[in-house]
Amino acid sequence: MLILSCPNCGELKDETELSAGGEAHLTRFGPGSSDSDFEGYLFNRENPKGVHFERWRCSSGCGKWFHAARCTATNEVFGTYSAQVTEPPQEIRDVVSAKRPGWTWRDLS
Amino acid sequence: MSTRLAQGGRFIDRSSKLNFSFNGRKLAGYSGDTLASALLANDQMLMGRSFKYHRPRSVVTSDASEPNALFNLGREGSFEPNARGTMTELFGGLSAESQNHFPSLEFDVGAINAKLSRFLPAGFYYKMFIHPRPFWKHIYEPFIRKSAGLGRAPKARDESTYEHFYAFCDLLVVGGGVAGLQAALTAGRAGKDVLLLEQTENWGGRAPVDDIEIDGKPAGDWVDAAVAELASMPNVKTRLRTMGAGVYDHGYVLGYERLTDHSSGAGPRHRLWRIRAGHIVTATGAIERPLSFAGNDVPGVVLASAVRDYVVNWGVSLGDRTVVVTNNDDAYRTAIALKRAGVEVPLILDARAAGGGVLAEEAKALGIRVENGKGIAEVKGGKRVSGVAICAQAGEGATLEEIACDVVAMSGGWSPVVHLWSHCGGKLTWDADAVMFKPDPEKGPIGADGTSFVSTAGAASGVLSTADVLADATGKAGGGDVPSASDPEMAAIEPVWMMPQGASYELRSKAWLDFQNDVKVSDVQLAAQEGFESVEHAKRYTTLGMATDQGKLSNINGLSVLSNALGSDIPQVGTTTFRPPYTPISMGAIAGEARGEIFQPLRKTPMHGWHEENGAHWEPVGHWRRPYTFLLEGETVEEAVSREVKNTRQALGFLDASTLGKIIVKGPDAGKFLDMMYTNMMSNLKPGRCRYGLMCTENGFLTDDGVVARIDDDTWLCHTTSGGADHIHQHMEEWLQTEWWDWKVFTANVTEQYAQIAVVGPNARKVLEKLGGMDVSAEALPFMGWADGALAGIKVRAYRISFSGELSYEIAVPAAQGRALWDALHEAGEEFGAMPYGTEALHIMRAEKGFIMIGDETDGTVIPQDLGLHWAISRKKEDFLGKRAQARSFMDNPDRWQLVGLETLDGSVIPDGAYAVADGVNANGQRNVQGRVTSTYHSPTLNRGIAMGLVHNGPDRMGEVVTFPKVGGGEVKAKIVSPVFYDPEGEKQNV
Repeated sequence: MLILSCPNCGELKDETELSAGGEAHLTRFGPGSSDSDFEGYLFNRENPKGVHFERWRCSSGCGKWFHAARCTATNEVFGTYSAQVTEPPQEIRDVVSAKRPGWTWRDLS
Repeated sequence: MSTRLAQGGRFIDRSSKLNFSFNGRKLAGYSGDTLASALLANDQMLMGRSFKYHRPRSVVTSDASEPNALFNLGREGSFEPNARGTMTELFGGLSAESQNHFPSLEFDVGAINAKLSRFLPAGFYYKMFIHPRPFWKHIYEPFIRKSAGLGRAPKARDESTYEHFYAFCDLLVVGGGVAGLQAALTAGRAGKDVLLLEQTENWGGRAPVDDIEIDGKPAGDWVDAAVAELASMPNVKTRLRTMGAGVYDHGYVLGYERLTDHSSGAGPRHRLWRIRAGHIVTATGAIERPLSFAGNDVPGVVLASAVRDYVVNWGVSLGDRTVVVTNNDDAYRTAIALKRAGVEVPLILDARAAGGGVLAEEAKALGIRVENGKGIAEVKGGKRVSGVAICAQAGEGATLEEIACDVVAMSGGWSPVVHLWSHCGGKLTWDADAVMFKPDPEKGPIGADGTSFVSTAGAASGVLSTADVLADATGKAGGGDVPSASDPEMAAIEPVWMMPQGASYELRSKAWLDFQNDVKVSDVQLAAQEGFESVEHAKRYTTLGMATDQGKLSNINGLSVLSNALGSDIPQVGTTTFRPPYTPISMGAIAGEARGEIFQPLRKTPMHGWHEENGAHWEPVGHWRRPYTFLLEGETVEEAVSREVKNTRQALGFLDASTLGKIIVKGPDAGKFLDMMYTNMMSNLKPGRCRYGLMCTENGFLTDDGVVARIDDDTWLCHTTSGGADHIHQHMEEWLQTEWWDWKVFTANVTEQYAQIAVVGPNARKVLEKLGGMDVSAEALPFMGWADGALAGIKVRAYRISFSGELSYEIAVPAAQGRALWDALHEAGEEFGAMPYGTEALHIMRAEKGFIMIGDETDGTVIPQDLGLHWAISRKKEDFLGKRAQARSFMDNPDRWQLVGLETLDGSVIPDGAYAVADGVNANGQRNVQGRVTSTYHSPTLNRGIAMGLVHNGPDRMGEVVTFPKVGGGEVKAKIVSPVFYDPEGEKQNV
């Protein structure tokens, strides 16, 4: 029963008021892409024990999507941020680096 | 015999007598009694039969950890099985029955199992009932299920009510003993918002029983003062009878309050507290461990602390002569308390060679005989203790002496209650000196900020002296003044996992570890011998700790026996996982108010009331209720559906289509966006026109369909399926917010803003013309066009679309006008033969026309190409959701099951869900299949069975006959035909 802060409406939201949207920052591969690119986009996901970036929706609140950076092993929340970015902003990565030195996620670190 | 003493009993009010019944016998107790204490006061020591061997059993404890004293309470709608007598407060009129016996508690035929116990060891069922294989399902399992289980499942509907309650606090303190009170006082004085919960009906915990002084006064007085001070603090809330049931992520806690269980009073029975706490202090105390000696389950063998509780708290003596057996100093308190109450204590057996400390000296001074280095070889007696055989703890159980007694008070030391600490990941550490697993404060459950959000206080931390308990609680609650406390000096505990240490198999097979599930020392040793080395495996093999008490008494003793049998250290073996709830909570409390009519909110269209008054036979569609059909007097459902179809095809039908999803998509980029959402082109749709569209997931599968109308240059209205409106709106928003956030598009789900009525049939235009107000001619409003206007003085938007194949208009009006238009249509339509029709007639008419239905023809594995909908998939568009997926080799391939019509040779109806069989069998010996039915009906129009189905290479096999076996024998043969059974040229809808 996590609590996340929605960066759009500013409310602290209980997990029951949110919908989980899976892994963040996927790159869409459409018509013309290779089979392996498309497979990776559609099916292959990170499964980290530790730092993870996820999509959430404030479904029983403002209805807007946002991103969260979370530790899957402890449920520590490093921060939430806008859905309208293609990678975690520097200030979120700084928080993660301070708390989990040496972290990696996909090609980020 | 067990009896009420002439004096004493902190909790009972001797002036308030309460009558209750046990197995039909009328008995009396006092206000303040528990069911257990009242039964004991009436010399009712025998309370139930054990699970596996049907051994006679009585109380072992006086608290929540009780494994044996389980009862059926109440009758009919208030019936509850497996209630613990130690936690059931007595009230006038309480009715209790003992469990797990036949024909009676005193004489039970199942007790023969005890004689057979040698042949029923751990894993017996697994080994015995494995061959022959088919016997398991048909013979063994039904028999074992019948003989297993505690209590009876209630049959009547629960007549009690329940509620949920949301609470928020800075600090939640669980446990109202001196540690919890001190923690709440400390935080309360610092101004924090504090919530303090106590599972029993009394504050103070063990300290007042144990004759402790705090701040120079008796512990009971300190407790009273503390409770009074907390009551005076506006920032502190306290609740008795409320258990901390479970701790979850980020400070979420479930509390379980028993509101009226202790009375026959009105109001909700249980309340589930859903608490969000900034920090949690668990002051949950400790549980005394039994000792493992032969016959430790005979009624009269009770934990030493419980024997003391019954005397001090309820003025009940369990017997005339009590032998105390211990490996620690705390049990001496029981001997002293009994002696002071005038009950005889012939002997204290201290398993430690060096014996006890100050309390031992005090016991000796009271004239009690103390034997060091001795233990119990075996308890004598069947339904009641009659004596004990004494042996050397270091030996193998040779009897040195027999002593007559009727109570054995045992203590194997104390285990902190670490459940709540552990629920969310708090780790434990083994303290070899204190002989206990205790919380490792460095490894608490982590909260959102990365620090532990749970602390333990007092005995739950593993400190047992009152001074240490108070200091720990003060510190954990933020620090402050620590009250002083007097504690006797305690000699060190010594671990005793078997008594005697070298007990023979004979003795070990009578030494119980888990009283509720009948697991003995010999069972755990057998599990180890057979290779169940992991504590989790041994638990499941022996069922140790798997009963309703979840091993509160048995876990530590069991894993110690296991570790000895494996020759490894206790911490290496570790504990099993602690899971919520701490003790069982009612299903009613979990459901709360969400029962019956308010279980789920119902969505109603503006015409719902009319339907209700006009014979609607309802069908759930998502959260909506839609009329399946409208029954006339004396009609069956089938007759009504058939009448509605014929009437609509021949005259005029009205359908309440308000549940249809309606989503406005608006903005400069709306056309571009809809071209991505739909498989066909929507950007080139002309204002005033409609187009049928398909939506796929990114995985290529068809997910929704509906008619899209272009309203103006930058506005489209998308109709979705009735069940799909909400998730399709969310699907659109997800892509707009997370992928194409720079596109200028707004969406709005306006489903409930409009009522929509389908006016269908050859007379559709006539009735609209009669209402008047707009031109609905074929020229002004052609097929697949829409127009704004007015009908009967109501502003409407009329769409020329058809899901039935007939001349059809769908009229949308603001929801508030829906009923008015519906009524006006019925009035005007009378002369044209108007009748309402329901969803089944809608389904049949669309099937007659070969129109697909999302959820019937689709199931999440079907692509539009499977359904012959190539015409609705744009070839011009570079991209749309699902386009790339549909290009995968196994989708872009004719070798799939594809949509066809199926015409039965004998005119009958193919059963729903039937499969078309192919030659040969598969690896499991089942018939191969080559297709399946997706929609199947009796067509009133054609007066024969019609169906649609997905058949391998179907469209290329027109005229072939396929066979559908029926469940229970027989088969139906059907010819593969076009799915359009009715008016294939579309002449009727386009007039």
